[in-house]
Amino acid sequence: MSEVPRFWRESRHRYRLVGTKCENCGTLYFPPRDICPTCRRESVGKMREEEMSGQGEVYSFTVVHDGLEQFRIQVPYVMALIKMKEGPLVTGQIVDCSPEDVKIGTKVTATLRKVRMEGKEGIIQYGYKFVID
Amino acid sequence: MRDVYILGVGTTRFGELWDSSLRQLASEAGLKAIMDAGIYAEDVHALYGANTSGGQFVDQEQVAALIADYSGITELNIPSIRIEAGSASGGAALLQAYLAVKSGQYDTVVVGGVEKMTDVPSDVANEIIGGSMDAEWETFFGATECSIAALIARRHEYEGAAKRKNYAIFPVIAHKHASMNDTSHFKNVIKIEDVMNASTVAEPLTVFDNAPISDGASAIVISADKKKIKDSPHPVRIKASSAANDFLSLHDRQKIDSFKAVKKSTKTALGLAGLELGKIDAFEIHDSYSIASLIQMEELMGKEAIRMSEGDEFYFNSSTPLNVSGGLKAHGNPLGTSGLYQAVEATIQLRGKAGQRQVKSPSNFLIHNMGGLGTTSVTTIIGVD
Repeated sequence: MSEVPRFWRESRHRYRLVGTKCENCGTLYFPPRDICPTCRRESVGKMREEEMSGQGEVYSFTVVHDGLEQFRIQVPYVMALIKMKEGPLVTGQIVDCSPEDVKIGTKVTATLRKVRMEGKEGIIQYGYKFVID
Repeated sequence: MRDVYILGVGTTRFGELWDSSLRQLASEAGLKAIMDAGIYAEDVHALYGANTSGGQFVDQEQVAALIADYSGITELNIPSIRIEAGSASGGAALLQAYLAVKSGQYDTVVVGGVEKMTDVPSDVANEIIGGSMDAEWETFFGATECSIAALIARRHEYEGAAKRKNYAIFPVIAHKHASMNDTSHFKNVIKIEDVMNASTVAEPLTVFDNAPISDGASAIVISADKKKIKDSPHPVRIKASSAANDFLSLHDRQKIDSFKAVKKSTKTALGLAGLELGKIDAFEIHDSYSIASLIQMEELMGKEAIRMSEGDEFYFNSSTPLNVSGGLKAHGNPLGTSGLYQAVEATIQLRGKAGQRQVKSPSNFLIHNMGGLGTTSVTTIIGVD
């Protein structure tokens, strides 16, 4: 069982797709990072949070039939890499669709959903999933 | 800097070894390696232990100290250090031990790898395997390691770089080789249709595209002691070992269907060994997933060479023997052990003692151990002088 801060600390990034932009080279990163892997020390103190639009398209996807225990109730579910309009690739589920509807290039938008919970008494954890436009 | 030789090797059988604990597996492999080397515990200056997730599989950390303890060598007070680099732990421990001996700090060292995976149910084991991924941005959202491999496979096919059969063939080759190896987890021979028609784990990958959950331990004795090397009936030399890393997660890489770290660690190792790729007689690669085998071979041999391939050249008696041990797929995949078993296999082969699966008079083996899917890469070249 985890303590609340572990999830609370990431909540704005996971609820609203907030990444960080390097003001030195202009690249937006998601998940957020404190150091730009291109500019390295030049980026220190120049990483600014920026919210993404939530719009993107499927870069690659799979249908998971044998998943982690916390996700077992959802199988088969679609896991995908989404190429966001702003540039980053994001790992997430595509929901509210039949797996046959998902193709590489399919346009999707992020939505806020319950992602998982630690047993009956643990914290309910929320985050993004994607739905087909 | 000194030349470093492998003087002894030892391994347990791989598989679901209900009767053996982590400490028993580790000491069995270590003892076999020491006896094979013809040395005694007093000759050992340090122990490097590779273990990926003992803390989660059997609630045990400080694994190297435990191994030394239950191998009966604690009274000698030699340093016993665990190395962890995901499923590349074995290769990483080999590299660290090699550097320590090469530098002159120690003359003779035992490097062992151990993983006890079947003391937890398989779904828990799969969750632990996922621990090598990004916990906050991959597994949190429901990604499994197999699903990440599947994302690579799907994109690779989409780019026109491969068809399903181009990677479904690797488990077939692995099972064929494993059927000739006494210590294998699986000894059954399979067909490509078996791979493609088995139950799906993450589309397009089936259970046969995945390496199994195995228990097992392997160890080697390495040395730069001139007298011991001279006395050894069949020393083989570690000609080079080199590591490289890439982003932890696929989503942070420019291209998801290539492994930059594999190319880098291999190029560096070949350079250090002073060898061209053409001088490598056989390969042991990290076939945790069939698609991972394909991408590794593309990085090693070049995309075009692999695109033309039906896989026939990869059998033990063909032009490019690959995973003649049976690989992680069929010989077994006790995570932290894999890199050490690769070194055991290379040594057995270079000694000409591999029996039915013997590669014809090899001079150089290239072994590649990988953490995650291209995140950590360790390439080691072992050969005869």
